[in-house]
Amino acid sequence: MLREFTCIMCPQGCDIKVELEDGVIKSVTGNTCLKGEAYVTQEIQNPMRNIASSILVDGGELPLASVRLSGVIPKDRIFDVMAEIRKVELPAPVHEGDVAIADVLGLGVDVIVTKDVEAA
Amino acid sequence: MKHVDAIIVGGGPAGLAAAIELRKKGVEDILVLEREKRPGGILRQCIHDGFGLTRFGETLSGPEYAARFVREAEELGIPCLCDTTVLEVTPDRHVFASSSEHGMMEFEAGAVILAMGCRERTRGAISIPGTRPAGVYTAGVAQSYINLKNKMVGRRVIILGSGDIGMIMARRMTLEGAEVLGVFEVQPYASGLPRNVEQCLNDYNIPLSLSHTVTDIRGTDRLESVVISQVDDHMQPIPGTEVEYECDTLILSVGLIPENELTWMAGAEKDPGTSGPAVDESYQTTVPGVFAAGNVLHVHDLVDFVSLEAEALADGAPRFLAEGGLPECPLAVRGNELVGGLTPARVSGTSDVTVSFRVRRPLRDCTVEVRQGDTVIRRRRMAKALPAEMVQIKIAADKLNTTDDLEVTVTC
Repeated sequence: MLREFTCIMCPQGCDIKVELEDGVIKSVTGNTCLKGEAYVTQEIQNPMRNIASSILVDGGELPLASVRLSGVIPKDRIFDVMAEIRKVELPAPVHEGDVAIADVLGLGVDVIVTKDVEAA
Repeated sequence: MKHVDAIIVGGGPAGLAAAIELRKKGVEDILVLEREKRPGGILRQCIHDGFGLTRFGETLSGPEYAARFVREAEELGIPCLCDTTVLEVTPDRHVFASSSEHGMMEFEAGAVILAMGCRERTRGAISIPGTRPAGVYTAGVAQSYINLKNKMVGRRVIILGSGDIGMIMARRMTLEGAEVLGVFEVQPYASGLPRNVEQCLNDYNIPLSLSHTVTDIRGTDRLESVVISQVDDHMQPIPGTEVEYECDTLILSVGLIPENELTWMAGAEKDPGTSGPAVDESYQTTVPGVFAAGNVLHVHDLVDFVSLEAEALADGAPRFLAEGGLPECPLAVRGNELVGGLTPARVSGTSDVTVSFRVRRPLRDCTVEVRQGDTVIRRRRMAKALPAEMVQIKIAADKLNTTDDLEVTVTC
């Protein structure tokens, strides 16, 4: 079976073709670097994504601080993690790199702040 | 009136990168003028990741990418006047600006670096018929409401235009609980990057409809519905294909325009290919001592290339300050019919140059050639070329002659 992917590892967005036989990868073509091969391998087994969102800040110069995850999570857990992010409000100030939620839902990654928001 | 060696108009990624690099090249007297309350530009609201792979070798969110430049500029002690609007740049490099704190200010600049970035095309710019209800936003405005002001803009959303910001907003609004009914693109191909079609639309089962556009906007106070029509090969709506979608929000991601009012006030000539200023290999406009880089020059797909371009600009400006002028650039740079947005417009043939352009339509197995007369200076084979991806070709000075114009051709 042939499966086709658009690689999301970098802006180049290579079209990658994967030849599968009984779920086993026989060949990978079209990628221009090793990240592409790792991406399609992961994509076939268990797609993983990072997400970015924002988190409420109490008493800050802005009402929100942007956040992202310290690593990727299974694609089907994205909305679970979004629900967790929505529950939290951090007191100002917050700074880039602060851990907003450690080990979110036991997935082994943290929700980390990506922007300084000073107290108002 | 105060003299400043280098005034930088705009404290976004281009302006900050230019300022930092100018300081590193020995220009001490620098002033950055920024309209917003803080430097960083549009990146402050671009909270998704994917920035920095080229410039820093790692993937960062927009605020993190911007913060690296903001911090470095602070460490170098580069002054940045925020909340300050530049009103005019004159041909003899006087810069008029105003702020609530300082009132009217006039500066006499040794060199002016234009780094105003770009702005979004609006509903008016593409003339969508219909009523004028609330709920019609450009993608960047919606992004600023959601990511900076904590205001959700709507619940049932149609997106017109498959630019990167539009697709990123489709994902963002889905994550925040909105229902994105679809992304509609008037051209027969996506205008943003393939990775964003994949990770912003396909990941969330958001349909992308090519060769479709909005032909009516309905609603009195708030948007109630839009009518979508299929378009023909000439992008004209096909009667009978209309479908009405109930929605409360229409997001427009229909292109970016370099923000060049100050550039034209300064007397710079326009490059018809980019709609930005015509520049030479040193990023100098047709007005001596007035330089431009980043999205004000031509709209980039990646901020990494904005930073790198602004850093390259910092080669020419210090030479201008030291020597009072830069070498003549008598050679024109021209492209064939598949080459769009070609810059620079002129070169000397004595310096290294980076030529940037976009192919005019998606191509497979094409060849890019840069020639002077009968001599092919560079040839690059490309398995795939998309309008969404800017092509940049570096040419070393020793490959160039000083008599023939540069011809950039794409052939399939």
